[in-house]
Amino acid sequence: MREDPTEMSEDDDRTTDLAGGGTIVVEASSNKTRSCGGNGGGGVGVGTIADYCPSPYPDQVLENVLENVLLFLTSRRDRNSASLVCKSWYRAEALTRTDLFIGNCYAVSPRRAIERFKRVKSLVLKGKPRFADFSLVPPNWGAQFFPWVSAMAAAYPWLEKIYLKRVSVTDEDLILLAHSFPAFKELVLVCCDGFGTAGLAAVARCRQLRVLDLIDDEVNEDDVDWISCFPESVTCLESLIFDCVESPVNFDALERLVARSPSLKRLKLNRHVNLMQLHRLMVRAPQLTHLGTGSFSTSDNPAQADQEPDLSAFATSKSLVCLSGFRDIVPDYLPAIYPVCARLTSLNFSYANINAEQLRPVICQCYNLQTLWVLDSVCDEGLQAVAATCKELHELRVFPMDAREDGEAAVSEVGLLAISEGCRKLRSILYFCQQMTNAAVVAMSRNCPELVVFRLCIMGRHRPDHLTGEPMDEGFGAIVMNCKKLTRLAVSGLLSDKAFSYIGEYGKLIRTLSVAFAGDSDMGLTYVLKGCPKLQKLEIRDSPFGNLALLSGLHHYYSMRFLWMSTCKLTLEGCKEVARRMPYLVVEVIGDTDEGDIDDSIDKLYMYRSLEGPRADAPSFVTIL
Amino acid sequence: MESKVTCENDLNFKATELRLGLPGTDDSEKHTPPSVRSNKRALSHETTEDSRSKSNSGTSDFGDDEKEAPPAAKAQVVGWPPIRSYRKNCFQPKKTEPESAGIYVKVSMDGAPYLRKIDLKGYKGYPQLLKALEIMFKLTIGQYSEREGYNGSDYAPTYEDKDGDWMLVGDVPWEMFISSCKRLRIMKGSEARGLGSYV
Repeated sequence: MREDPTEMSEDDDRTTDLAGGGTIVVEASSNKTRSCGGNGGGGVGVGTIADYCPSPYPDQVLENVLENVLLFLTSRRDRNSASLVCKSWYRAEALTRTDLFIGNCYAVSPRRAIERFKRVKSLVLKGKPRFADFSLVPPNWGAQFFPWVSAMAAAYPWLEKIYLKRVSVTDEDLILLAHSFPAFKELVLVCCDGFGTAGLAAVARCRQLRVLDLIDDEVNEDDVDWISCFPESVTCLESLIFDCVESPVNFDALERLVARSPSLKRLKLNRHVNLMQLHRLMVRAPQLTHLGTGSFSTSDNPAQADQEPDLSAFATSKSLVCLSGFRDIVPDYLPAIYPVCARLTSLNFSYANINAEQLRPVICQCYNLQTLWVLDSVCDEGLQAVAATCKELHELRVFPMDAREDGEAAVSEVGLLAISEGCRKLRSILYFCQQMTNAAVVAMSRNCPELVVFRLCIMGRHRPDHLTGEPMDEGFGAIVMNCKKLTRLAVSGLLSDKAFSYIGEYGKLIRTLSVAFAGDSDMGLTYVLKGCPKLQKLEIRDSPFGNLALLSGLHHYYSMRFLWMSTCKLTLEGCKEVARRMPYLVVEVIGDTDEGDIDDSIDKLYMYRSLEGPRADAPSFVTIL
Repeated sequence: MESKVTCENDLNFKATELRLGLPGTDDSEKHTPPSVRSNKRALSHETTEDSRSKSNSGTSDFGDDEKEAPPAAKAQVVGWPPIRSYRKNCFQPKKTEPESAGIYVKVSMDGAPYLRKIDLKGYKGYPQLLKALEIMFKLTIGQYSEREGYNGSDYAPTYEDKDGDWMLVGDVPWEMFISSCKRLRIMKGSEARGLGSYV
């Protein structure tokens, strides 16, 4: 939940990633002078001098100047553009790029990245497609960290930061990391798996470690006491996030660690830390700005069951702006956080099973809140309370307690409408519900023009507007029409091809689109592929789109990071046709692990642009066409 | 792609048939989807057609149709709703928590200076409970019989139920007892005998 700039950049930053820039550069660098001429003013000047002047000196001076200027260029998009100007700009940019962003680990090989960029200090690497989070990608599909960490160990000994998302990381990888990078400062693992506390212990030993953030990872429960492995002396730790670690940690060691980490600003505890322990930690770290409160419950230990926890640390805190945790919340203790509410900008109650009555007294004090995650246990009434107070709200996520199609309806169009009327500055919403109406969605499109991310999940498949019985076409149509800044959209409910025609017609800035159980025919997907020029990431499941639709997007696939289609109407022939016509596209057909050869109707298609061709590490259930 | 309904015959396959659904539900208009993995395409195709025909008729009874089948019969589709499994699993355990909380009731014995408290959840049934009471209060309660209560003893275990009535321990099924018992009282002497002979 942290506002990590690399995280936010997915929806905010309208850039292409390395692979996109890479593809174009590869083609252009072979005829640099031509492209120089074609690129206009400034480029021509530099290129011409470099090509025709016999003396190397002007070139040298220019490159030095350029390097110094380029040091200030941080945006990926700007850097990619700069690298296209001419050869010397390409070289200078490659030498000065310190932050390497790889949006798809298979789009470019470690070797190629290392050859081009010599002085990388920070790596962002993304692996599996997002649908892997929902068990749609079989295990051992790929996205191993090893090839990257081993290549970088040799090439970038000064590496400081690594951010991985949906990558398989082993303990050995982490051990290699800890040994190879003496200046290592920050490790952020999001939705990763394959490692355990043994790997964490190795990372803890990095003497200059400032950030160790584990977010939504699956951490193997081996019993290594990794908390005890941090340096014995005063540490540089600024952020320690381990709420997803299921195994208990050595609390005494944790307390000592916090006590000797004066720079610690962010601390997110796992569910094994109870309120009494939380108090002890908060007392040691009054400077915390981000706190994950652990269980927010009393101890399981019967001997301590009667002790009332001391909750005064919240009252004395002057710096807390972000609260989360509440994994096994005892609502009686919620009033303890009242003193910090007015200063809170971010509150994560998405594991807290509280109702509207319990939420209200908290939320009515949170008038500076910008980010709120809740469970639908708060019901429409709870959302109305949010709407009444949180006028600065930018991001809202409402998760379901009962994540089944036919589960209990806790929030509905009533809550959505209330939010739209109260929180006019809303930019991002994720809303799970059992029922919805077009009217409420239309209202939100009108009330919240700042929306950048709109993700509505009506959990019942194919569920229409429950008042009118009509498809949800008009609601989503209004969203793309009225929310002019929209870059990310997830649709649900009963949707016909009309909804997609709206998206194609109005969704000109959409970069990420998620579709499930929607549409009538090939036209639906065709509208989108022909209409959305900025589309980067398209994930579709269980929708009746076939080969015709797939082939209608050939003009666009090189501009995209990936396309995922599962349980649609594709056949092997259609996918082969795409593979034939698009040499820089890797077309993967993913079968289930225990099935043999794929037959004509394929179940899962995952395709992405790549400079490397078919990957060598594909498992047996993946067929690359 | 409807599943074939197994015909009843003399061998009564129906009773031993393995199927999805609550025991005792009729397998008439069974909308049980076939195995999710192998027939996923068929399922989605089917439901798409359903939704199309229903949306054309302008009614919203698609949702109602889904409710005809007993909830247990509806197979959850893999990866839907799109919630990470960690979150999904977080709240399953919550439902069983109330069951694991103890049911503590006071136990008084006539003539004893102070009361005791026991956790009814800690016992599997009446024999264990009575044994524990016997040990706790150092007495013999005797055998329960429906007709005569606790014969052969000066003591009779009684309890106050939700309605405020004093009942003899043992008359109702165990589960009903622990959910309705508010407190226990071990009656002694003439009172106890009175209860037994009353029956």
